[in-house]
Amino acid sequence: MIIKRKVAVVGAGMTKFMRRAKETPKELAFQATRQALDSCNLQRKDIEAVTMGTAPDAFDGVHMKGEYLLDGSGGTNKPYMRVYVGGGTGVFAPIHGWMQVASGLSDTCLVVCEEKMSVTQPHPQAAFNSIYDNFIERQLGVNLVWIFGLEMHRYMKRYGLKKEDIARVSVKNKNNALDHPCAQFKQKVTLDEVLDSEVLAWPVQRMDISPPSDGAVALVLASEEKAKRITDDPVWIDGVGWNLDSSFWTNRDLYYPKYVEYAARMAYKMAGIDNPRKQIDFAEPYDPFNYKELHHTEGLLLAKKGEAPQMVKDGVRERDGDQPTCPSGGLLGVGNPIAAAGLMKCAEMFWQLRGEAGKRQVKNHPTTAVAQAWGDLMQVGTVVVMRR
Amino acid sequence: MVGLGETQARAVTPEVSYRELIYGAAVRAYEDAGVSHHDVDAFIASSEDFLEGTSIFDEYVPDQLGAALKPCFTTTADGIFSLINAVMLIKTGAADLVVVEAHSKASEVVDLAGVEKLGLDPNWVRPLDIATDTIAGLEARRYLHDRESDDEPLARVAVKNRNAALLNPLAAYGSRLRIEDARESDPVAPPLREHYVAQPADYASVLVIAERQKALQLAGDRAVEIKGVGFNSGSPNLDSRRLGECDAAAAAAKSAFRLAALNPGDVRFAEVDDTYSHRELMHLEALGLSGDAAAELKSGMFGFGGDLPVNVSGGALGFGRLYEAQGLARVGEVVKQLRGEAGRRQLDGKVALAHAWRGIPTETHAVAIFEGGEAP
Repeated sequence: MIIKRKVAVVGAGMTKFMRRAKETPKELAFQATRQALDSCNLQRKDIEAVTMGTAPDAFDGVHMKGEYLLDGSGGTNKPYMRVYVGGGTGVFAPIHGWMQVASGLSDTCLVVCEEKMSVTQPHPQAAFNSIYDNFIERQLGVNLVWIFGLEMHRYMKRYGLKKEDIARVSVKNKNNALDHPCAQFKQKVTLDEVLDSEVLAWPVQRMDISPPSDGAVALVLASEEKAKRITDDPVWIDGVGWNLDSSFWTNRDLYYPKYVEYAARMAYKMAGIDNPRKQIDFAEPYDPFNYKELHHTEGLLLAKKGEAPQMVKDGVRERDGDQPTCPSGGLLGVGNPIAAAGLMKCAEMFWQLRGEAGKRQVKNHPTTAVAQAWGDLMQVGTVVVMRR
Repeated sequence: MVGLGETQARAVTPEVSYRELIYGAAVRAYEDAGVSHHDVDAFIASSEDFLEGTSIFDEYVPDQLGAALKPCFTTTADGIFSLINAVMLIKTGAADLVVVEAHSKASEVVDLAGVEKLGLDPNWVRPLDIATDTIAGLEARRYLHDRESDDEPLARVAVKNRNAALLNPLAAYGSRLRIEDARESDPVAPPLREHYVAQPADYASVLVIAERQKALQLAGDRAVEIKGVGFNSGSPNLDSRRLGECDAAAAAAKSAFRLAALNPGDVRFAEVDDTYSHRELMHLEALGLSGDAAAELKSGMFGFGGDLPVNVSGGALGFGRLYEAQGLARVGEVVKQLRGEAGRRQLDGKVALAHAWRGIPTETHAVAIFEGGEAP
């Protein structure tokens, strides 16, 4: 595998993540797009192609939601495409943007992810019932909290974990988010508060979960030659990987996300990483639930199987730790507008690697980072490695 | 392009699920290419949630394609967009063998018109409570008005494509339709009549696409080269564009011709979107394949014996309206023609164009230009 063209990230923008935005989905996409273009002094005319990422149409009740979001994302009269891997979309959209540029079809590509969940009344969780198999599962009235409860239980059982081993992730991420100007969750949290929060579907409690949100994020990608003209400080997309497992989630052992490992191995191979535990300075693993961050750091080969909780306890994952995870505050703290949340993780890598993360800045000038998202029926992993 | 697998387009397919439909196309494609699903580097599917009746439909793609635990993603667009993604992925150097899938199970959608209506802007257009066919009718009226024409050209498109479909064993709506019958069919949204609007069908298509060297090893002169691709979108707002024009189709074609280093004059036959009769004419003009499509249609230019046969597959009017799979039916015909495997429909010519449009209210287009190898 020889990748023919290098692709850089040269700009990023994001809206505040919030429970209920007054803006329309198009307007949210516009705000993030405008910011991303302003951040690198580009105009819409400088952009050759646009990639859109947004999760279920059911949130907005708009058929062909990608087409609807087209003008808000700067896609009018341009090559524009929406790609989709459920919750993994936010990290897959920049992979598609990378494809647009690395293939040579475009020299600049805007990647926009938007989600407006608050339109679904009374709660967006109801829309998720429609993701289940229409013959054998949907009739059970299941939602995501229940099935992720099964996965969380399996993970805890396999390694004999206690709730506090998992709850520490919520404390770390929600407190990290206090330093993020776009964060939805702005409240200092203690371990006891997480452990005492309302039980939703055991072992899942309210503070184990990220909040549903409205928001949008955008990145500007450019080819090597273009990037050098746009900025002195590009961040390179050095590895991409994605992997989708079978739809039959009930037929696999939920203790370990093998598809995340395969996606990570694909990205690491492309980036020339053979010892991720040593070569990656910080990570933004997908954390819609606290146990997922642990699951995913193992899938990303940043921890041995079953050892991720101990590393959180030992402080390895703190912002000033040996290998921080979710210095942004993650989905648990910043918020979880599905596709936009994944792209927020990529934007965080961009800001951190450029040393522009302000109070969130990871120390010692990080040079290599990985972001990952996950989704579908506990089924897909998407991974991007960036280097300064 | 080294492998093609399709199922027959039919108005209803009650005996199979969408999974079985896709499986049928996949095994044919892998057999045609002489590959196993184990050999494939990446899979790209095409679907829209509301047409499937399932959110995050990309969940339900991998098993019937043999894609579980492989790189696999979905494009929420016509299959030609997925084909373009396959081309891009191969050109990055990250993959050598990529599978593309699209399908239609329109017969299972209880209210197709209702779903299409949900594609209209929820704040500004949907409150007007107009059907997508009505908007297409306005467009057709504009097109005919600008050319001071009655609806005869629309009838001619329908007659050409429905009759062509009689020669295509995969097409769902072949018929010996006459111009007067078409012009007397029930009004849908004047000037559009029943026969000027494509009727839905079920269908699945799977393509196997390989890097050049690998393609030649696998398929020899049966390999069909993808010379150029392009895609482009006009404004999704009905109020922000002039009905009856499609600049985005022109832009998509321009990119594809530029990559292919070819001109519209090099195209020997074409398969273009004809969801509505007037759209075939609009698209031919926008793609640079015709100056005055109505007159050239009447002269016989787009028929079997013409200079530029168009939609000899039957098009959407004769083959069936296939939603996200519609473009791959166009591509499938091009591949069969360029391989010399089109039977009674066989055309001469080595360069062909396939085009897809995403339907009302979009102005989103994709174009691919193909060249065949030496005649077998």
